[in-house]
Amino acid sequence: MTDSPLPAVRAVGAGTRKRPGFWRGLRRLPLIPIFVLVVLLIVPALSADWLAPHDPVRGSIPDRLKPPVFFGGTWEFALGTDRLGRDILSRLMHGAKVSLSISLVGILAGGVLGTALGLIAGYFRGLADAIIMRLVDISMALPSILLALVLAVTAGPSFQTIIVVVTFVLWALYARQVRGEVLSIRERDFVARARVAGASDFRIIVRHILPNAANTIIVLATLQVGSVILLEAGLSFLGVGIPRPTPAWGLMVADGRQLIVSAWWIAFFPGLAITLAVFALNLLGDWMRDKLDPRLKEV
Amino acid sequence: MRSPSAPPALEVRDLETRIDTKLGLIKAVDGVSFSVEHGKTLGIVGESGSGKSITALSILRLVPKPAAYIAKGQVLLDGEDLLEKSENEMRKVRGKRISMILQDPQTSLNPVFSVGFQVVEAIGLHADSRRKALLRRAVEALRRVRVADPERRVDDFPHQMSGGMKQRVVGAIALGSFPRVLIADEPTTALDVTIQAQYLRLLKDIQAETGLSIIFITHDFGVVARMCDKVAVMYAGRVVEYGPVRQIFNSPAHPYTKALLNSVPAIEEDVDRLYSIKGQPPAFWDMPEGCRFEPRCDVAMQRCKTEYPAKFARAAAESGGHCANCWALEEPEWIPSRF
Repeated sequence: MTDSPLPAVRAVGAGTRKRPGFWRGLRRLPLIPIFVLVVLLIVPALSADWLAPHDPVRGSIPDRLKPPVFFGGTWEFALGTDRLGRDILSRLMHGAKVSLSISLVGILAGGVLGTALGLIAGYFRGLADAIIMRLVDISMALPSILLALVLAVTAGPSFQTIIVVVTFVLWALYARQVRGEVLSIRERDFVARARVAGASDFRIIVRHILPNAANTIIVLATLQVGSVILLEAGLSFLGVGIPRPTPAWGLMVADGRQLIVSAWWIAFFPGLAITLAVFALNLLGDWMRDKLDPRLKEV
Repeated sequence: MRSPSAPPALEVRDLETRIDTKLGLIKAVDGVSFSVEHGKTLGIVGESGSGKSITALSILRLVPKPAAYIAKGQVLLDGEDLLEKSENEMRKVRGKRISMILQDPQTSLNPVFSVGFQVVEAIGLHADSRRKALLRRAVEALRRVRVADPERRVDDFPHQMSGGMKQRVVGAIALGSFPRVLIADEPTTALDVTIQAQYLRLLKDIQAETGLSIIFITHDFGVVARMCDKVAVMYAGRVVEYGPVRQIFNSPAHPYTKALLNSVPAIEEDVDRLYSIKGQPPAFWDMPEGCRFEPRCDVAMQRCKTEYPAKFARAAAESGGHCANCWALEEPEWIPSRF
């Protein structure tokens, strides 16, 4: 190994033109969390339609409550079957699709909305700031479960409902974080310089402030994938998230609850999947934060 | 040559900028007037908080809204009043006809973009060229500020450059659209002395090449002596003395100017204690009724406490418009001035 005496210092979010330390940085990737995520979330989510051994929705009653393969079951149903004879493995694979799509869409929606409002609040201050930040306070004070219940009752539980709930929970976090970031960035001289050069407010926000806040936003998004999966699972468990019979991990845990003593595998495997996915995502989020935090970088 | 009757490059008349603070309405800039001719340099000198920077921002109409606003006065750029322009028209003035260099090069550049990108952006704000052409102009602009090997340096990020180099890039950004007036707000304070000297020479060279007018804001009389043709000395939001640099240095009229010049340590004299002006500048929300320098002045009279001094101009014909606001100037050599 050739270690250079000085760590390579690179611009935050630097361009792609020349990065001498790029490959070395790649080697320091947190491989275990990435491996877990790929095996648990990404591959199943992308390939469930072709690779899942059974139909995730239609079961066969004769095959009901089969145990996993190492506990007296067969390879046909590697992780066992539930009360309706549906293959747990297939349902987990299709559930990954649900978890992944909800967290991606929800984080994207919440992130875009929250970032935009945070930028406006932090840059223009004054009345806009006051209104947006009070909305943030309100949305943080409202229990998300309550909101989900109300929405589920009025609009019916669906994919869209849960996206709305996730967006509603997330935007406030982004708005608050981005606003704080903008408050410090807008006082930096390069913003004054851009203004002196004749740049408009919109241009200053998009061109000069947003790129400097990008790291914070990316880190926040990474750290949130886990909590969104958890939120979706919690809502589905309560019956206000994904409607049956769509396979969702939280829903599967709920289904296995009554049989936890006799057929523990129904609730155990989706629970394990949630735990591992959230854990791996948190590790990845921490790594991202360390990687992108300029305060840690300047050392 | 321009005819002598042509308007100066930039003229500020009776400018007043107010700031609404918790402690009341203050006049951060209070009736300031000065002018810069084409190709000349005006120095604005004063202590921190004397209103120099807010004067500069007022010229560009960039005072921090909504607390601060320009109450009255005129800012004439080639005879056109900037205070009557709309915000959209002002954006076309900023960077295109009047540019500004800020104090700290370390933070004047956006850390996430290459310097070439930032020069291109600034030039592109005022030109409709294609990216390729803009890049060529950016390289040209960097060459003008003597950045070595600009074709390669355009890809550098700010953190890869030294402070002096960054300030040159800031200069390239400011001068990229060939403005007629450059406001330099203490551009060398953050640089070390040798780099400072280089940078000042660079500005002088560019001025000689392009006929640029410069407003140089500083608290360093050494810089004023090297750079400026005229000087405006500011104290507590007002110009107290104004005139050609030679007059101000050789025969300062206002006690404050004298005191400032006395505070510059002379290298050939051996002194134990450096001279300092006693007391503090007055707080803006607690302005003395009369002369604002009176509490700190050695020659203050009874009259100074109650009446703001009238403006006196040096009578001698070759004085070049040297004038000052001080009651001690009520003598034959000086005549009351209406402006």
